[in-house]
Amino acid sequence: MSYTWVAHPRNYDLEKKTGHLTAEEVIDHPLKPLTIMLQEGKVKRRPGSAASSTSSSTPGTPRKTSSSTTTTWGGVDPLSSLHPLSAALEGLDPLSQFAVTTDPLSQMASEASFNEKEFFSSKKSKHEENFEPWTSKRNAILNKYTTSEKLSIITSFLSGGEKVVVKTQSSMTDKVKTRLEQLDDFEEGSVREMLNLSQQEYVHRIEELNQALKQSWDQDQRVRALKIAIQCAKLLVDTSVIQFYPSKFVLITDILDNFGSLVYQRIHSKAEYHKPGNKYPVPLPENFTPDQVPESAKETCRNWFFKIASIRELIPRFYVETAILKSYSFLTHGEYSRALMRLTKMIRGIGDPLVAAFARCYLCRMTSSNSGQVFFSLFKLQSPVVQRTLVEQKIDLPTYLTLYSPALDWILHCVAYRASELVLKEVLLKCRSQCNSALLLNSIMTAFKPEFIAKRALDFVEMMKECDEAGFPKHLLYRTLGLCLVVADPPEDQRLQMLNEVWKVVTKLKNPADYMSCAEVWIEYPVKHFSKREVNTFLGDIIKHMNPDRAFESHYSQLVSVFDRILSHMHDFAMLFSMDHFLPFLDMLQKESVKVDVCKMVMETFVRTVREPTNDPVVINALMFICKTMHDSVNALTLDDEKRQVSALICRFIRQIDYGRDFEQQLSFYVEARATFSNLDPILVQLVQCVNHLAMKTRQIIKGHHTRKTAGFVKACSAYSFITIPSLTDVISRLDMYLISGQVALLNQCLSQADAFFKAAISLLPEVPKTVEVDGKHRSTEPFLISYISNFLSALLVIPDHPEQEPLYLIRGLLNVVQDYTWDSNSDARIIVYLNVLNLLSSMTQESYIYHIEKVDSNDALYGSDPKFLAMISKIGSTLVDEMLSHLKLLGDKGTFKRQASLAMDFFNRIVTHGDLTNNSLATLAVNLWGVINKHGTVDTKYCVRCLEFVKKRGMRPDGKAFTDLAARLQVPSRV
Amino acid sequence: MQLSAKNVGIFEAFYSSVKPIQLIHCILEIAKPGRLPSGRTEIPFEFPLKPKSNKCLYETYHGVFINIQYLLRCEMKRSLLNKDLQKVVEFILEYKDENEKAVIKAVDFSITPESLQNVKDRSKIPSFLLKGKLDSTICCITKPFTGEICVEKCDAAIRSIELQLVRVETCGCAEGYSRDATEIQNIQIGEGDVCRGIVIPIYMIFPRLFACPTLITSNFKIEFEVNIVVVFEDDHLITENFPIKLTRF
Repeated sequence: MSYTWVAHPRNYDLEKKTGHLTAEEVIDHPLKPLTIMLQEGKVKRRPGSAASSTSSSTPGTPRKTSSSTTTTWGGVDPLSSLHPLSAALEGLDPLSQFAVTTDPLSQMASEASFNEKEFFSSKKSKHEENFEPWTSKRNAILNKYTTSEKLSIITSFLSGGEKVVVKTQSSMTDKVKTRLEQLDDFEEGSVREMLNLSQQEYVHRIEELNQALKQSWDQDQRVRALKIAIQCAKLLVDTSVIQFYPSKFVLITDILDNFGSLVYQRIHSKAEYHKPGNKYPVPLPENFTPDQVPESAKETCRNWFFKIASIRELIPRFYVETAILKSYSFLTHGEYSRALMRLTKMIRGIGDPLVAAFARCYLCRMTSSNSGQVFFSLFKLQSPVVQRTLVEQKIDLPTYLTLYSPALDWILHCVAYRASELVLKEVLLKCRSQCNSALLLNSIMTAFKPEFIAKRALDFVEMMKECDEAGFPKHLLYRTLGLCLVVADPPEDQRLQMLNEVWKVVTKLKNPADYMSCAEVWIEYPVKHFSKREVNTFLGDIIKHMNPDRAFESHYSQLVSVFDRILSHMHDFAMLFSMDHFLPFLDMLQKESVKVDVCKMVMETFVRTVREPTNDPVVINALMFICKTMHDSVNALTLDDEKRQVSALICRFIRQIDYGRDFEQQLSFYVEARATFSNLDPILVQLVQCVNHLAMKTRQIIKGHHTRKTAGFVKACSAYSFITIPSLTDVISRLDMYLISGQVALLNQCLSQADAFFKAAISLLPEVPKTVEVDGKHRSTEPFLISYISNFLSALLVIPDHPEQEPLYLIRGLLNVVQDYTWDSNSDARIIVYLNVLNLLSSMTQESYIYHIEKVDSNDALYGSDPKFLAMISKIGSTLVDEMLSHLKLLGDKGTFKRQASLAMDFFNRIVTHGDLTNNSLATLAVNLWGVINKHGTVDTKYCVRCLEFVKKRGMRPDGKAFTDLAARLQVPSRV
Repeated sequence: MQLSAKNVGIFEAFYSSVKPIQLIHCILEIAKPGRLPSGRTEIPFEFPLKPKSNKCLYETYHGVFINIQYLLRCEMKRSLLNKDLQKVVEFILEYKDENEKAVIKAVDFSITPESLQNVKDRSKIPSFLLKGKLDSTICCITKPFTGEICVEKCDAAIRSIELQLVRVETCGCAEGYSRDATEIQNIQIGEGDVCRGIVIPIYMIFPRLFACPTLITSNFKIEFEVNIVVVFEDDHLITENFPIKLTRF
């Protein structure tokens, strides 16, 4: 049997009035009780956690409290990370804090797992706050000074390394030799030379030595450990591969540091002392005095120094003694500083200036920073030695000199640490009077506070000029000076003179690499202190230098950093683009990826800094060009993230453009943008939205009364959208855009356009894929479809029928699509859509619709509840009811009762709310559905009871007789 | 005093007649016969160091030809069937206080080609001038040996500047006497072609075991010398010798 759908007539105005709830003033936010509870919890916890923090100082304390806080509140507490107390606790714990700070000592002891580690590092880091640690330099040095040449190690402690050696040796005699050597290896003390090691192998070997040292130490073979340390130090005598020397220094001093701390810790652990009145010995306090050290520990300490004092060779003796210099503090008060002076003098005996420089560096490193001043001894390059080395090593003087800089930098760094200006003056004076070496000057500029340097920048320039031409490359000097001036500003009155003085020299640099390394740094100077004109000139100068021989090709990274500097200071884009050298400068980046990166940089700055919308044609043009570059870089291989980033930037740019009331201009800009950025969906979506926004803005201005001109404009907007949407690749966004644009068109009384949009949307629906990929996962599109169609249906209510088509043309079309769409066989989506259509149909039968669009006559006005129209609706409704019933039956046959019941419940609700229950067949249907719902007891009984109560309540209304009758026929199942 | 086991060959042949001279001998019983309780037993003992008649105790010294050694031998006599247990340890003897104290006696020196002796071909010698100063040639054995040296000028490249501590042992006996100088330690103070005109410190710590205060007795002499050795790149070397006197205080 079939049921006819008869909608229950409603008076929306009346309903609105009766259903209106009176507003009630509230004092509390509904969520507030929760907050209060949390605060109470916090207050409660406070004394407990504070007590625990004072009672124990183990590092585990903060963790303990935070875990307990989460448990008391159950689950993850959103406040726990922000909890002020836990933060304070974190801060209270000095051990964990110090463990984080990397300082030379902790690095030194990092691999040795000693308990004292924290103790030492905390001691050291206290007075070395903001003292740049050696570790940071260490890695830089290791990365900078590398070699491809073969290295060799002479040692007797590496026995594990034969494999590599054997591989490299091929001839028979060599093999015999290696075998013999292998035999020898079993006796300790046989010295072997490892030749032809690559840098990597060399580093590996040194690490092996380090391991061997630790191992011997752990096995109580301290003499062997000392021997290893001595042999390591001996490697520093050899400067044969000079480019690698700084790195070698770093590697080997690591081992020595290790050794030094082992010795120190051993003596320290021996040196337990008896506190007065205390029976048991306790470890030495942090700041012990030599009197507290027992004689036995002193004796051990002295033994070490005696042993080291008898090392034959100067350099190993120096390094090993320096490594354990710290242990002098066990002996007597004066011993340490005396030893320091002696070691300082001892370095004089080292003939090779490079080796001597690094030895000084090591001494500075091992001693407290401030005494570094003492070490500032004169530094002279002794020409004959250097000349010979240069010939032997086949490197030129500048390269040779740069090898010194790590050592010098560190020494001066120690001198300059917290040093006053006076020290700088002193050092400068010495430097000037004695050698005026460019190398030294460079290190001085690196080491001292930039403020001091900036103050006397002109003096520095003067000194640079005086420096001898040969030797240290001058462009490095200017670069370093530039780096200082970037951080600190020179005095106001000297600024221009400064720039002129420096640039006079720099611009004459022939080598583009040298020039660029200066320009890269100095660009920030005019950008910071001067106007557009100077920056422009500067850029012009760079272009002039970079263009010959396409020099720019090898300096992209520097050029990019020039952009970076400019953009970080100049945010006035109008000014930026009005510089006639800016865009040519950009053009110089001919490598696509670099150019795009720079474009992104420009755009990011624009997006970040520009808040006001702009309509400056110069800016728009330039940015358009930049965006186009970015857009054009996107291809099939571009990553999704990259696309997203580019799209976001361009969208932001589009939004930023505002011609004010000149809407036509705005629209034509959008047209241009569409033409330019046609490949990226998000941009097109943005454009459609912008145009819709434009149409709505027009409507707002004329307050809904379109003149001929505005109507034309709005139509143009619709046309724009209509043309743009099909080029979107994503079906879903196309659908969305159609709907929104259709609604906008409708609002602007462009009926035929709106019709076209909706028709297009309907015809697009079958194309929606079943699943879409979101973040790499396949998601069903069903939820989207249901919500989209529901949304669409609500728009359909107000759309008037096309005069030339039969009534309800769009609804029929939609229903056909829904009917034909290949839904997932296991889902009820189609029925849910039908239920919603039922809602629509019910609303359509009303005399006056629930909502209207201003100045648009909907079907209620067009047909005036014409019986023919109503019959048509009713017919559609009946068909839908049949469809649904057959689906319910199908579900029942398949045995999926749960789904059947919940659908039936939905259906029942629709009937009760929208259907006319006075109609007998509908009432019967409702009763039958109720039977289906309760047949298998899969629906929540409470829900059923509430439903029934609703029906009864409706029955109490004046027109509610039908409901009372229905209620009488319904039974709540007794089963629970 | 006894002959060291290290010496070999000719020396032994010549001086085999030299018997170790006993300076001190003293026996005392530190535990009465009986059973030792099981576990660790420590027995305290002490005895005065008294030299034998008309001998005197010298400081411990370990040399090549002359050794002054003090041994402590502990013997445990056991019942008939068991072997006696024996253990020997050396103990070191140092003077507590002595009248003779080191008096500072500085020496300036300068080394030039002209100052060299036993040169075969003077024309081959590069021109050089080394100036320096020893803070004292009478040194306290516990204090470092110090001074300074400066290469004022030198035509040839220098490889190394070294400080050599040498002992001179003289033994007298019926057949006459022998005087032998051997190296104790060698300390490098300059590495590579050192800077001209820069004062390089001379610094050396006397080894504790192999040095003792200079000792002159009727039977033997132990004396010390310091050599300053400059090695040139072509393996030629020049040496300047300074006899020094070591004292305990």
